[in-house]
Amino acid sequence: MSSNLYMQSAKVDNVLEVALARATPVELVEISNKLALGLSLDEMKTVQAYFKSENRNPSDVELQTISQTWSEHCCHKTFKGNILFDGKEINSLFKTYIAKVTKEINAPWCFNVFEDNAGIVKFDKGFGIAAKVETHNHPSAVDPFGGAANGIGGVVRDILGVWADPIACTGVSCFGPLNFDYNKLFLGVKHPRYLYRNIAAGLSFYSNNLGVPIVNGATCFDESYTGNVVACCGCFGLLPLDKYLKNAKAGDYIVMAGGKTGRDGIHGVTFASAELTKKSEETSNPAVQTSDPIAEEKLKRAIIIIRDLQLASAITDLGGGGLSSAVGETAERYHCGATVELSKVPVKYSGLAPWEIYISESQERQLFAVPPEHLDAALAVFKQEEVEATAIGQLTSERRLKIKYQTVTVADVDMTFLFNIIASTKQATLSPPMLTEPELAEPADLTNTLIQLLGMPNIASKESVAQTYDYEVKGNTVLKPFQGKYAGPNDAAVLKPLHNSWKGLAISCGINPNYGKIDPYWMAASSIDEAIRNNIAVGGRRIALLDNFIWGNPEKPERLGSLVRACQACYDIAKAYRTPFISGKDSLYNESPMGPVTPTLIITALGIVPDIRSTISMNLKTPENLLYLLGNTYPELGGSEYYKLNGHIGLSVPKLQPHRARKNYYNLTKAIGYGMVKSCHDLSDGGLAVAAAEMAFASNIGLTLDLKAIPNKTITRNDFLLFSESNSRLLIEVSPKDRSDFEALMKNGCTLIGETTKTEKLQIHGLHNNIIIDAPLTKLRDAWKKTLAEA
Amino acid sequence: MKTKDIKVCIIRAAGTSCDAETARAFQELGVQTEIKHINELVTNSNLLNYNLLVLPGGCTFGDHVRPGAVFAKYLNKKLGKQITQYTDENRPILGISNGFQTLIEYGLLPGFNDNNQQPEITLTTNIPNGFKCQWVYLKNENKGNCSFTNQLPKDKILKMPIAHSEGRLLLHAEKEKQLLQKLADNDMIVLRYCNRDGTPANQTYPINPNGTYHDIAGICNKEGTILGLMPHPERAMHWWQEPDWTDKTHTTPYSDGKLIFENIINNITTKQ
Repeated sequence: MSSNLYMQSAKVDNVLEVALARATPVELVEISNKLALGLSLDEMKTVQAYFKSENRNPSDVELQTISQTWSEHCCHKTFKGNILFDGKEINSLFKTYIAKVTKEINAPWCFNVFEDNAGIVKFDKGFGIAAKVETHNHPSAVDPFGGAANGIGGVVRDILGVWADPIACTGVSCFGPLNFDYNKLFLGVKHPRYLYRNIAAGLSFYSNNLGVPIVNGATCFDESYTGNVVACCGCFGLLPLDKYLKNAKAGDYIVMAGGKTGRDGIHGVTFASAELTKKSEETSNPAVQTSDPIAEEKLKRAIIIIRDLQLASAITDLGGGGLSSAVGETAERYHCGATVELSKVPVKYSGLAPWEIYISESQERQLFAVPPEHLDAALAVFKQEEVEATAIGQLTSERRLKIKYQTVTVADVDMTFLFNIIASTKQATLSPPMLTEPELAEPADLTNTLIQLLGMPNIASKESVAQTYDYEVKGNTVLKPFQGKYAGPNDAAVLKPLHNSWKGLAISCGINPNYGKIDPYWMAASSIDEAIRNNIAVGGRRIALLDNFIWGNPEKPERLGSLVRACQACYDIAKAYRTPFISGKDSLYNESPMGPVTPTLIITALGIVPDIRSTISMNLKTPENLLYLLGNTYPELGGSEYYKLNGHIGLSVPKLQPHRARKNYYNLTKAIGYGMVKSCHDLSDGGLAVAAAEMAFASNIGLTLDLKAIPNKTITRNDFLLFSESNSRLLIEVSPKDRSDFEALMKNGCTLIGETTKTEKLQIHGLHNNIIIDAPLTKLRDAWKKTLAEA
Repeated sequence: MKTKDIKVCIIRAAGTSCDAETARAFQELGVQTEIKHINELVTNSNLLNYNLLVLPGGCTFGDHVRPGAVFAKYLNKKLGKQITQYTDENRPILGISNGFQTLIEYGLLPGFNDNNQQPEITLTTNIPNGFKCQWVYLKNENKGNCSFTNQLPKDKILKMPIAHSEGRLLLHAEKEKQLLQKLADNDMIVLRYCNRDGTPANQTYPINPNGTYHDIAGICNKEGTILGLMPHPERAMHWWQEPDWTDKTHTTPYSDGKLIFENIINNITTKQ
């Protein structure tokens, strides 16, 4: 232990000077570890060289600032670095696939993509919609209630960070099986049931207190999430585009507003950029912040007033990296430097070291740039809304970051050095999965199989969770999470954000964790298709996408290889569908001693409903209507819930023919526009049989289907036709009077497979003319509702 | 008084969340509507300039202590005199959800005793426990005392959503029967949870969604001028807010919540 590497600064308390100049490589690593910098030896050497050129040793404030700025969480080293895969070098996954497809689609309605805290698309009457989805996995693993609550808090501040007023949130969470054996849990890992209850409670607590409705989401269960829970929160906001002001300049004050700064959330980003261990709870508890939704509510009100009065020239949230990221990125964005006086930052208690103040991730704080002439007016707004606000520094024309504490300089770093992040080069490989296609006998009692499937946790009703969120607050929820007298699951939420416009916003998501075990490319493709078809089903058009990659440790070539394949799918599928990505985020290092997460891509889709009066819900409307199946069915059961029920994964993962699907979706959208579609529901987990059952039991209208009507050359088994999870398929209810018009419009994409009935039963005729499923709707509904009703 | 001259003040504090949609509902009816932060009212407004005060839904002050408790104390301390003067003139106040909780905490509802005494009625944690957002049916049980429902037929069934975790009306255990009698005798029971066909919920979950005593969802004061209710009429203003609108072929432009707002506006136009 070379303790003489650290010396207390002679000028100011609580600041260490680190003897970097004479440190050996071993000592460099030791310094990185001791100060929890999370920097590699190469990075430490770069830092050492920089301070040698400045002829001095760095302070701990400087090292912590560099560490935060260069962390995976803040600068996305993996997505922006180089990757060697398949004999080729990929120069930034982000640029090569995600940003590229958006650029090539070049949609005129994209107002601002990837550059700011959230993506913005144009909406109506001069308004835009801002969208952002983030994960908060590591904090939620240690403290599920607080972690999930702050997930909402953080993503809402991202929306506020583009001057938008939050109008809706989403929540996607993934857990280990709720019946997981306690004895098999690793030390430090919390039981899935505990996480399930507390993450839902955290989301509910924060969003309800803040008064923003959670309108859409998903809950998934998979063994691989046992050690690495996923808590993913989205937020959508409304902003008048002419008030989107971002023009800060040297001389503007740096104003910090909101909650006080404390020791909570120290090293949150370094925590997020490492694997979880059994010690995470003791070492990382300070990394989970306490949350105060009312503080955020007040902040939100003040921000909207300041926006409308145009008192600030820039805004950004204090999220990962705290002040260090917000100040640094603001200065960098406007080609400035900055001076900051840390003793002006309001603190929760005394004794914080300057570096702690600078990188703390205490919640409910926001950073503004305010021109000198507006400073008094801006501070008055904060005062009226009871928000503490302080000018802590100024943007400067000199490109240096100068941090003082009680007037003593504790950091003075060149901005170019700070933001010249060295691109790493990582190795990626991908080997085929060690899986085989199972040989299953067709069950004799398919009714029973369907009942079992409906009760599978991934399929079962999530209504008990959805009802703990105030999905009605703001009074704009046109299509709610559940539909019909008996609450079937809607495919997407629809909002009516503007009082004087019938235009709506459709929000949906797609996630297929099980497919990732077989093929990350088709997993990603399927998630994109699912999010889009859910959106199409309710009448959404002009769809924009948000990506959230949740992967294991990217230092391991296999994990990285699968990430590359998923990114390739993002490019290919988004290109074919002409649906640009407008925002995204990667959460890597989701790995614990219990193993990595299965590669998971959560896609959030944002569509426009031209007139909410033509919104389509999923429940059957009247008996004696016709039921059509859109899309083709293939023997694609790999990763399906049906295989899972039988204890298999399989290999035949659903693939996707996006060009054909796009034509079908286009025609369906037209049919919805013409008012021909009475109800529509997407086929996903559990396939045709599950989707049909859900439509029927949602309003207690019966349904008879005939599997022989399904066009298909390859499937000879009833169970495969019933439970295949082939993509791009939807069920559509049409009135007999519209039959010929509908069929003409849909060309060959749609097949009539059954009709709605007055008997409250689901009856399905098999390939050999026999009735293979015959069940009262109440029985199906009960099976679907009971699994998670009291979990 | 003309409708367009009626002034409605929607009072907000830290944690109020339903002010905008409540204002939108009143604006739809053609009255002047202002949303005022309590700090603004304290510095430069007079409550007596308004014809209707509304405490909207939300989680004022984070529901700390008890929902509405801090806001009620704050209102009392900062605006108590004006509020007394306002209510002495029998002018109307509407409390929705957190607003209802605040009126109870303030003592304006049921208004049986002065503020120094221990309350005999409270709104407490749901049974089953926890936050619940769902649509419910309500029956107007008021016989004509309440100025927010007196133009509706008695037994009119209304559909609205609830969203709260503390909406269970609880009466002082030893005086339960007496207090209920007193509420009934003074025609203070306004809305009760019921089945779709209007038959009483009889404490059956989830028809009665929170275990509230006697299925009560909303009460008014003796004078009928102050109404508190847990359901949200402002979320049931338009047909497209209803959960089953996609099932219907014919839709009227408005929904049941409007009846309550309209009712009080009509009364103000005729009385004042």
